[in-house]
Parts: sequence; structure tokens; C-alpha cells
Amino acid sequence: MILQPAALALLFAASLNALLLGAAGLFALHLLARWRPEAGGEAQIGLERRTHLVSSVVALSLWPALPLLALFVHTADASAPFFTGAMCAVGSLKANAWGLPALGLMLAGFFLATAWLVLHRLDALGSDRPLIRAKYRLLLVLAPVALAQAALLWLYFLGLRPALITSCCGSLFGPAATGVAAQFAAMPEALARPLLFLALVATLGAGATYLYGGRLGKTFGLLAALHFPLALAAIVAFIAPYIYEQPNHHCPFCLLQAEHGHAGWVLYPLLFLGTAAGVGAGLAAAARAGSLKAEAPRLAATLARLSVAALAAFGAAVVAYLGRSNLVM
Amino acid sequence: MNAWIERQRGLIDFAVANLDRRRGRNLGLFLAYVLVVFLLASVVLYGDALRREARQLLADAPELVVQRLTAGRHDLMPADWAARLEGLRGVTRVQGRLWGYHYDPAVAANLTLLVPAEGAPEPGRARLGAALARSHGLGPGDVLSLRDHVGQARAFIVDGLLDTASELANADLLWVSEADFRAFFGIAPGLHTDLALSVANPREVRKVAEKVLERLPGARVISREEMGRTYDAAFHWRQGLLLTMLSLILLAFAFLAWDKASGLSAEERREIGILKALGWDTEDVLRMKLWEGALVSVSAFLAGYLLAWLHVFHAHAPLFTAVLKGWSVLYPRFALRPEADFAQLAALALLTVLPYVAATLVPVWRAATLDPDEVMRE
Repeated sequence: MILQPAALALLFAASLNALLLGAAGLFALHLLARWRPEAGGEAQIGLERRTHLVSSVVALSLWPALPLLALFVHTADASAPFFTGAMCAVGSLKANAWGLPALGLMLAGFFLATAWLVLHRLDALGSDRPLIRAKYRLLLVLAPVALAQAALLWLYFLGLRPALITSCCGSLFGPAATGVAAQFAAMPEALARPLLFLALVATLGAGATYLYGGRLGKTFGLLAALHFPLALAAIVAFIAPYIYEQPNHHCPFCLLQAEHGHAGWVLYPLLFLGTAAGVGAGLAAAARAGSLKAEAPRLAATLARLSVAALAAFGAAVVAYLGRSNLVM
Repeated sequence: MNAWIERQRGLIDFAVANLDRRRGRNLGLFLAYVLVVFLLASVVLYGDALRREARQLLADAPELVVQRLTAGRHDLMPADWAARLEGLRGVTRVQGRLWGYHYDPAVAANLTLLVPAEGAPEPGRARLGAALARSHGLGPGDVLSLRDHVGQARAFIVDGLLDTASELANADLLWVSEADFRAFFGIAPGLHTDLALSVANPREVRKVAEKVLERLPGARVISREEMGRTYDAAFHWRQGLLLTMLSLILLAFAFLAWDKASGLSAEERREIGILKALGWDTEDVLRMKLWEGALVSVSAFLAGYLLAWLHVFHAHAPLFTAVLKGWSVLYPRFALRPEADFAQLAALALLTVLPYVAATLVPVWRAATLDPDEVMRE
């Protein structure tokens, strides 16, 4: 195992998360079986009281989801020199079987966490706690994700052996590679570029329509979610090669390094924030409860504004990187 | 949005006033918190700075070092071994190096004698590392006397001191001429301690190392990359071990925070009761209490981090020197380059703030869900 402060912090935070969310998951089962808002008995009042604690615990566990994800990728990137053959985070993550699944689960965990936080906010805005069941049902998904995330991180960091020979990003995104990553890399620019900009313009258009006309809120959330995989595919297919100015270098992780101007740290946070806020806006716009009639659209508009700003900045950054590149493909 | 900010501002104002009213009780917790952050941050800052320093030093090291092994031990390198590596494709220079250790009973420490590739002193003269000069109380023009391999005293006139900017590397170093070195250790002409190989293309280093082993099967080849990895791993390991031990203190602190947050005084209970009777709901009290925790956390984190920064970069980290730097008699004195990065700050914040917040959540919730009627009757 490589004893790095960042790895210790990640393991500690993930274990604490798993513990807190595991306990919250058990409470969710209890609540879903016994929740009777119409009953004024002691059991119901006790349950209501405990929801304050559980909500605070879950919110505390979920807020660090984005910094944790960033710290994990950064740690993987910074550990690359330990492994023979590794050039960036991909080499470190492929140093054993658990790295890439852990990253995948952290990504899923991040979007689930932001969705839960939006539901939690909406629920607190309604006087009759209209989304309490939906919120705790989602918690039943989040708890196992947190447990699996902690288990994978422990397996990954305990299984790391310095001086291990791993493969560089070329094996995952190169022409000889197979799998989803390689298919993204092989996607022709003539297809990936219009797809990305089409999806971006459609998402921003839906966002603007919602902000100015109050319509297409749910569509905006859906488009923001659909835009995300397309943007990732576009980064691998053509944005990364333009930034590296090398037609065969498709790695989305090398973008995080200093020699490429930390482009990844500009693009990814904007993309993640834009997507999470967009999906949140869609969720808020879809809230049907009577007690949320005034508040839900207000929250949806705030989130939509944030999402549109972040995605527009992402698009502008992509255009700037493409324009600055000396590569002609 | 503005209403939300106003509400939070009100809650923060109230939390600050609350903390101020119970200054004595909060101060003890705050100081313990600062101490925990200070210890953890010192280890992280110091370990990271040492790693950076080591990496910087290695930047000037040769790409490959070739040593002769006899029965698994490092042996002197005969001249014809160097000749066998001449003309190896990719290698721009093969250079024999002369360096060795000498135990000096006067300071009870090992010195490193070295013949530099360029700028070696004249025979009979020597240049000293700063820590060595300090331990002997020597300056330029003084005489340093050492016993050679047959026990005969040899005097070296101190020519000057080595650059103090790289004291980490040259603390115990003594530069001498080639003739003095060979006479001192009794090493015959033509023999070297090891060979330094310069490789023009860094991507070819591994291939060149393979070729060296083909030509010299009895050699050990060490690459600069491997040395860097070893330093990194060693410093990470020491840093991680210390952090793991310190996390026990963290645990003790979390219990302390739990205990402090649980022990609500009768006055505090009454206060919460009155607030709720005035119309505050459970969420408001919870938020106000969480703001109290957040204010304590953030200020203790900043104060602890700042103290650790001063401890490491201005006071040379006296608390952790022996464990993190390694054990040595001639300790180098050097100023580390201050640098902070996102991962370091995020790791520290996760390690110190999360346990505090987690430990105080349940007591805070208990306080927030107090029944006003019941409390005011007490």
C-alpha cells in the first residue's frame, strides 16, 4: 500500500461516509415502512424528529462528494511516477483491478448525491414534507453505493504495489485498444463535433426557454443528463487531441497535468457542475406537490441559471481550446 | 436568494454571540482543535516539502549509475569496465566517480569524501559542507585533520565552504582532489567507486540499462527515475506512518468534541427552549448549532495550518525532524521552499474537519429537538 496523506484522507472520508450512509439507509427502511404523516402519535413524532438528524448526516456525507472525486483523480495522477509504465492517472487506476470501478462508482455517487441534495432542499421548502418518501427511497440506492465505494477504495489502495508494471493511457484509448473508451477515441471528429455542439445548443436553448418562458424544465434536465456522456465522448474523440496537438493522444486524464495547462481542471468542474445543476433543475421543475407550487419553480430557476452559466462556460472553453490549437485534423 | 443569505447571516451573528458568551468553555476545545490540526498539517507540509527538495536534487543526478557487485556487495569499478561501455548507442558520456565514507571519531559521524567532476580543489586542500564545518568549528584557511586508511593523520587546508543553498545534499560532504582521495583510501589508479552514464533521450534510459547489463552482467544499474521513486516512497511511508499514529489523537479529539457538545448546561437548554417558544423551528436551531461548529472548525483549521506553516518553513520543524528526515549526526540546516497545493489542503481538511462535524452532529441534533415546554418547566 502507498501511504500518502491524500490516500489516507480518502479512505477515512469514504469509510465515514459508508458508516453514516449505511446507518441512514437502515433508518430509511424503517421510515418507509412506518411513515404516517396523518397520525399524530408519539412514534410518528419521534420519527419526524429523527429525520432532522438523518437529513443532516446525509447532507454532511454528500457535500464532500465533488472534492472527494477531485482528490481521488488528483491522487491517482500524482501517484503515476510510482508505477513503471504509468504516465497519468490511467496508469495508476489500472495498477490493479479496483481503480477504474472505484472511479466509476464515485462518478455515479456524485450525481446521485447532488440529486438527493436537490430533493432534500425541495422537501424542506414544502410545509408538508412532500418528497420525504422519494428522498428516502433514493437513500436506499445511495447507501449501498457509499458502502461499495468505500470497499473499492480500500481494495484499491491496499492492493497498490510500488514498482508494479502497469500500462499507460495509450492502452485504454489507443488504436489497438478495445472497449467503450477506445470506441469513444475512435469516433470520427466529423461526427463527435456536431453531436457535442448540437447537444450543447439544445441544452442551453431548453435552459433559456425555461428561464424566460417557464416551459421545458423537465426537458432541460433530461438534455443536461444526455449532454454529459456526449461531452465526455467528445473530449476523448477530438477535444483532447486538439489540446495535446497530437492526433493519436486521446487520454482524458493527461488533460489534468501541468504540461497541458491543467485544461482538465477547467473543463471537468464546469461540465460536472453544469450537468448536476441541470439535472437538479429538471427534478425541481418536475415536482408536482401542492405545497411546492411557489418554491419549486424558484429553486429550479436558480439551478437552471447555474447550469446554463456553467455549460456555456464549458462550451466557451472548448471553443477557445480548439481555436488556440495548432493541430489540423 | 437574498432572503436565504440574510437568514444565514442572522444565524451566524447569533452563533458568534453564543460562542463569545461561553468563551472559557469553547477556548479549551478550540486550543485542542488547533493542536490537532497543527500536528497533522506539520507532518503533511514537512513531508511534502522534503519530497519536493529530494526531487529537485535528483534533477542534476546522472540518468544511470553503474556499480560493480562482488558477492552481492558494492565493489570498486575497474578501468576496463568503463571502456566496455564506451560507444554504447544512446550514451553521451561515461564518467568514473570517486566517493566514499569515512568515520570521523572527533564528531562521531560519517563524512562523505567526494572528488567532484568539475572544480576539484588542489591537492592538500578541501572544501566542506556547512554542517561539517559547523561541527568542527572550521572556516576557510583552517586545517582539518583526518586519519587515513592506515591510521596516518592527513591535513587538509579548508579552501572554502560548499554552497549552503543545497545543504540537504552537502551537509556532511568533503570535496578533495583525486590524488588525495586515492592516497587517503588507498585506491589504486584506474579504479573508481562507480560509473555515471549520461543518456541523451530519457525514453531510452531503460533500454540503455538493459544493454549495460548485457555487457556487464556483474553490474547493478540504478536509474534516476528509480531513485526518485524510492525517495518518494520512503517519505510517503514515513509521513503516512506518522499520520496514522496521529490519527489516534484525532480520535481522542473527536471524543472530546462529542463530550463537549453533549454537555449542554441548564442555561443553554433554557435558551433553546425560549428560542423555540419564540418561533424558531428545529431546523433553525440545528443550523445555528452547525454554524457554531463550522466557525470553530474553520478558525481552528486556519490557525492550526498557519502555525504548522511557521513551524515547518520558519522554525525548521524541530518536532518531526528525526522521524521524517532520517537519523543522522550531521543534520543539514536548510530552508524548505514553502508551497501548498489543493490535494494537501483537501486531505488535511477531510482528516480534521470531518471527524469534528461528525462527532458533534448527534449532540447538536439532541439540543435542537428539545421540547420547549419541557425545558422551560425544568
